[in-house]
Amino acid sequence: MIVVVYSVVSAAALVFVAAGVAKAVSFARTPLHLRWELYPVPHEAPERVEHGGSYFEQAEWWRQPRRSNLWGDVRFMVPEILFLHGLRTFNRSLWFRSFPFHFGLYLLAGTLALLFVTAVAGRLVPGVAAGTAAEILRRLAAASGITGLVLAIFGAIGLLHRRLTDPALRVSTTPGDITNLLFFIFALGLLGLGYAKRPAGGPGASSLVAGLISWDLKMEAPPLLAAGIVATALLVAYIPLTHMAHFIAKYFTYHSVRWDDEPLVHNAKRAAELAGYLSFRPTWAAGHIRKPGETPTWGEVVATNPAQETRR
Amino acid sequence: MKGRARLSDMSRRSREPLLHLEKGDLPPLPPGTSPAAARPAPPPRSLAAEFALDDARVLSLPNPATPEEEQALVEQFLSGLEKLFSRENNWTFLQPLLLTVEHCARCQTCSDSCHIFEASGGAELYRPTYRSEILRRLYFQHVKDGGLVSAWQHGTVELNWPLVARLAELAYRCNLCRRCAQACPLGVDNGLVAHEIRKLFSQEMGIAPKELHASGSMLQLKTGSTTGMNAAAVKDNVQFIDEEMSEKTGLTVETPWDVEGADILLIHNAGEILAWPENPGAFGVILNAAGISWTMSSDLAGYDSVNYGVWYDDAQFARVAVRHAEAARKLGVKKIVVGECGHAHKSLLVVADRLLTGDLAIPRESFLTILRDIVLGGLLDLDPSRNNFPVTLHDPCNVVRLMGIVEPQREVVRRICPQFREMHPHGVDNYCCGGGSGFAIINGNGFQDWRAEVSGRKKLQQVLDAFADCADPSIPKYLCAPCSNCKGQLRDLLAYHRVWDSYRIQYGGLVELVVNAMTAVRPGFIEWEWR
Repeated sequence: MIVVVYSVVSAAALVFVAAGVAKAVSFARTPLHLRWELYPVPHEAPERVEHGGSYFEQAEWWRQPRRSNLWGDVRFMVPEILFLHGLRTFNRSLWFRSFPFHFGLYLLAGTLALLFVTAVAGRLVPGVAAGTAAEILRRLAAASGITGLVLAIFGAIGLLHRRLTDPALRVSTTPGDITNLLFFIFALGLLGLGYAKRPAGGPGASSLVAGLISWDLKMEAPPLLAAGIVATALLVAYIPLTHMAHFIAKYFTYHSVRWDDEPLVHNAKRAAELAGYLSFRPTWAAGHIRKPGETPTWGEVVATNPAQETRR
Repeated sequence: MKGRARLSDMSRRSREPLLHLEKGDLPPLPPGTSPAAARPAPPPRSLAAEFALDDARVLSLPNPATPEEEQALVEQFLSGLEKLFSRENNWTFLQPLLLTVEHCARCQTCSDSCHIFEASGGAELYRPTYRSEILRRLYFQHVKDGGLVSAWQHGTVELNWPLVARLAELAYRCNLCRRCAQACPLGVDNGLVAHEIRKLFSQEMGIAPKELHASGSMLQLKTGSTTGMNAAAVKDNVQFIDEEMSEKTGLTVETPWDVEGADILLIHNAGEILAWPENPGAFGVILNAAGISWTMSSDLAGYDSVNYGVWYDDAQFARVAVRHAEAARKLGVKKIVVGECGHAHKSLLVVADRLLTGDLAIPRESFLTILRDIVLGGLLDLDPSRNNFPVTLHDPCNVVRLMGIVEPQREVVRRICPQFREMHPHGVDNYCCGGGSGFAIINGNGFQDWRAEVSGRKKLQQVLDAFADCADPSIPKYLCAPCSNCKGQLRDLLAYHRVWDSYRIQYGGLVELVVNAMTAVRPGFIEWEWR
């Protein structure tokens, strides 16, 4: 049975990474769009960022040196990623459900990372696995894992309750939305139950992770815990195939759209890229864009004056 | 208001509007406002679209007589939908559109940020996600060719002519102010969805409000201005304004035309020249008094900064933006300065930035920074006591939330208006005036009432709250709105609710306040008569 567990977990990790990377690459490869930023932009100069100002507030802004303010981005991103600051600001009642759910998932991801570090260190350095440091990491992982499970499950139940009872959410709720949350509750619940009910002396989370790394087929996983692990692995593989991959999209919505305020005057590479787009041939059918049978480039469309029927 | 609208209602084959708002559905306004009409008047039956959305109508939609004609229109729509998600046709906005369509969590966090949703008493049809959800389902069904799994994951909606017709109208129940996008924790932009739906209808099916297209961008490309003024007419009108201003101020006002090598090419929203001539006049007074080297251009579109394409059509947008830049290139000016027009600011300084390359990349700047430097730099003798009346400032979304110009106008107002007070919220968190994205110039078929009752309601509340401590009509008050379209909407809004009589609130631009404070000008530049 353990080989099934190892195989499913490995395949799920592969799908998660591959699908996530594919999604990110597909977004990164979409053409550079027209500017569409939204203020405040946190990497603006510190004296402007507080009131949401931009470099357009400077006279002859193109002559002024561009000041990057990486700290501004970080100051925004850390509370946004860790504590869902935006949701807390604009939708407090949903935040009470969504924050524990997401923070619980962060803790679970952190737990997994801790277990991997401990297991890898144990294999690479003799004696480490039985040492104090490894024991501390294991205890830390246990605390983080249990807290993460509790938070994520209660958060998911809260979100499901909200989705089923709030008329505003019901209008656009799909069966998939309900199933997704049930999947979280089921998989994480099973994982938690399997962990809690594991037999005394049987392998726990750290042993199973160590076993996975060494592909130890002698390991005997308790059936309930194995089922929880498999269900959670399937959930992990499923996430990037759905809109729940918004953690990937969010990078682009912020960095490539809301905060992309870079003027073209400072970027020759982008100017060349944009010039290429003008050779695309749109097929929009409205009469003011092109005449039937003609397929002008975007550059030619722009150069045409449909009101005077002339082309420059 | 009828019951909560469902997504499937959009496909309903009923001639009754999906939404009808009664006065009792709308949040109350402070005492003293008395609407000219009890509620938005529905369009005349003869003019009503067969499958109506609500009490107003913006578009002239085809009226298919047979199922075959309906099907042909639906297929046209589908063809446009596919193009909306293709690189060649929509490279301009493909990335933000995909991000929005594929990743909205439908948490409805954005709803409370929308002034239209709030002012309608929470009408489901106006929820920012409602139209996005329709487009999202169509995208997964018809562009991604989703099967059963997709239907289970993303939901479905019946695609038929009633849905297409209503979706076209629904794209014009959003001001594109993007306050909803600001609130979205994921960065999803439902304002962009409305923009993209408008594009689909215009660029594929040739459907757009006549005020924006036929009498808007097409007229501008034909005559040079959406007002219909050609070069000779605009010069005549500006000469008349110069004479009026000279007489009124006691200073000699002369507008320079087509001056090669000038420092600044000033481009106004040409609507100002006809509707609020004191605004371009005030610009002339200030720039001449400050000794600025400037000119106006009589080239095609060079004297009208409007660019309605930014609201509904990428091709029209790009054509006009290029002509603005060409006018500047021909004169060899050092920079283009945009006057008091919000969407012209965003169009020319922000959205067109990635179109105007090579010799069209003329530096472009807001008038606000120039004015700030003139006022704070001591280039004019100013007496703030001349503006000693309550003043509040409206933030045009295009200038503030969408391009981050927040402080320069405040620095000016604080310097010259002793009784300045902010609205709440303001700056990048402001509320739209309700006239954004072209609404201010669209009037027919119940729409003017709709924007006074619904889309402008939140702004009216804000304005009245800002002057709550001096509501007495014996105290004249000034609502400063440095944007032509906002002014148009505020004029209609204040008139509709009869605010002049009960509160004595005048509206106007920013440069008028500056000229009113100039000691070299005869007192009383701002007139306290309702226009």
